Amino acid sequence: MSVNQSQFTQAMMDAALPVPDGLVDGANRPADRRFNVYRNNVTVSLVEALKVAFPVITNLLGEVNLDGLARLYLQAHPPNTPLMMFYGADFPDFLASMKQLSHLGYLADVARLEQAERRAYHAADASPVAHDALAVLPPVVLMEATLTLAPSVQLVRSPWPIHDIWRFNMEEGAPKPTAAAQDVLITRPAFDPVFHLLPEGGGDWIAALMSGKTFGTAYEAAQATHPEFDLGVNLTLLLQDHAITHVKKKE
Amino acid sequence: MPARPFLLPARSLEAVMPDLVSPVRHLPAAAGVGYKPQHFAHVCEDAGAVEWLEVHAENYMGDGGRPLAQLRHLSERFAISVHGVGLSIGGEAPLDPAHLARLKHLINWLNPASFSEHLAWSTHGGHFYNDLLPLPYTNDTLDRICSHITQLQETVGRRMLLENPSSYLAFAESTLSEPAFLDEIAKRTGCGLLLDVNNVFISATNLGFSPQAYIDAFPLHHVGELHLGGHDEETDGHGAPLLIDSHGREVADPVWALLDYTLAKSGPKPLLIEWDNDVPDWSVLSAEATRAAHALERAPGQVQV
Repeated sequence: MSVNQSQFTQAMMDAALPVPDGLVDGANRPADRRFNVYRNNVTVSLVEALKVAFPVITNLLGEVNLDGLARLYLQAHPPNTPLMMFYGADFPDFLASMKQLSHLGYLADVARLEQAERRAYHAADASPVAHDALAVLPPVVLMEATLTLAPSVQLVRSPWPIHDIWRFNMEEGAPKPTAAAQDVLITRPAFDPVFHLLPEGGGDWIAALMSGKTFGTAYEAAQATHPEFDLGVNLTLLLQDHAITHVKKKE
Repeated sequence: MPARPFLLPARSLEAVMPDLVSPVRHLPAAAGVGYKPQHFAHVCEDAGAVEWLEVHAENYMGDGGRPLAQLRHLSERFAISVHGVGLSIGGEAPLDPAHLARLKHLINWLNPASFSEHLAWSTHGGHFYNDLLPLPYTNDTLDRICSHITQLQETVGRRMLLENPSSYLAFAESTLSEPAFLDEIAKRTGCGLLLDVNNVFISATNLGFSPQAYIDAFPLHHVGELHLGGHDEETDGHGAPLLIDSHGREVADPVWALLDYTLAKSGPKPLLIEWDNDVPDWSVLSAEATRAAHALERAPGQVQV
């Protein structure tokens, strides 16, 4: 009559299965619906963790729909680690895979933005370079240098207006989103992540920098796709928000 | 599963864990609360009766940012207890080496006054279920848990406290009582115990035993910390009361009474108020801590042995 942890977890995660034999109440009767306390604790705590992680998605879909989706998700993707602040990393892909949500094409990217905010919040601290760290370099040296961005810096690129959707759901009086592709940069100048809607070409430039391209190559990449790319505006953003932690000159 | 070799006797721990002999920091025998970030300003400004704080280890396993900065700041003012909720000490599987490493890292940089975990499991088959799940009390599970605790204490380089669970059901296969099981673990591994008085009341109500008899049987000399928290009341399929360990409201009056009964036997101990769900304003939590501090004042300095 022993109950092993495989039997326990299977029955816990599938309410259609019977309560394992060998679990009893104080009078040695079958534990019966007492077992539901564990079923309930696990489900409620994981659904709650997802709601906390994805407030905009919860807002967009409504609590009832989110509850249903979260229950499906936690069955297929129970947490892999006890770090609940990172639970839901696969939730954006899960949303993208749901046929009944395919008419809401932006959902997965909005969820990716919410995940990026979490990563930014918990990322390692890092000291920024001085404000004039780039200005003091001769142009030739600067163009061949590579930049290291702070671990908190996150770039989320989307064919959907994810920044406006996020604002509309999180900020009182924010304007209604209209169709547009949007690249969002998340920085963490102190402890709170800050969202920036990047101007034309900014996403290409920062993506190139993040992938280790030189300053010059990243600039050319941005200009090739967006002739109006404004280096000054984008660079000022990175410097003001303490997003650059290291400038590596070519050896 | 095969019986594991008998474990390290308690005295040999001193060789590998000098902290056991002369701990640098202690939890005071005073009131503490489970720390919540929304109370940061209040705690720093006027903590009232609160003399120490407990944090859930897993909430401070990010790489940086506000959580770690706050904890670093608080640790300069308060004794900190690190309370793990995710190691799955009672699991059938080996302890997760990645999680052990995270605990070691946190304890190394923070150097907390105390470290505790649960007599429970939460991970199976590589999945974490975010709840404290129950286990049978048998010689096999005793060997396994002692082995896990010894591994944990050697990894983090200090003695830990192990907490009694809330029970909603029992295992027909159990052959040992919970106090006897915990006593044997403490004897074999040298660990201390964390006695959650609310959990005792919940388990006693749910399984129909006397909570005072449980306290009488509990090895109070191993106890390094007491917990109190709120519970919810439901009923089981037979209409019998079924209490749920919700940590979402004030400590119930019969639990305060059981605390007095415990303190009369144990003398003052570090005493924590846990409130993890529907977290109230600081004033409400602070009032609970004040009540805990009064209970400690009534406790006898000389304990019955």
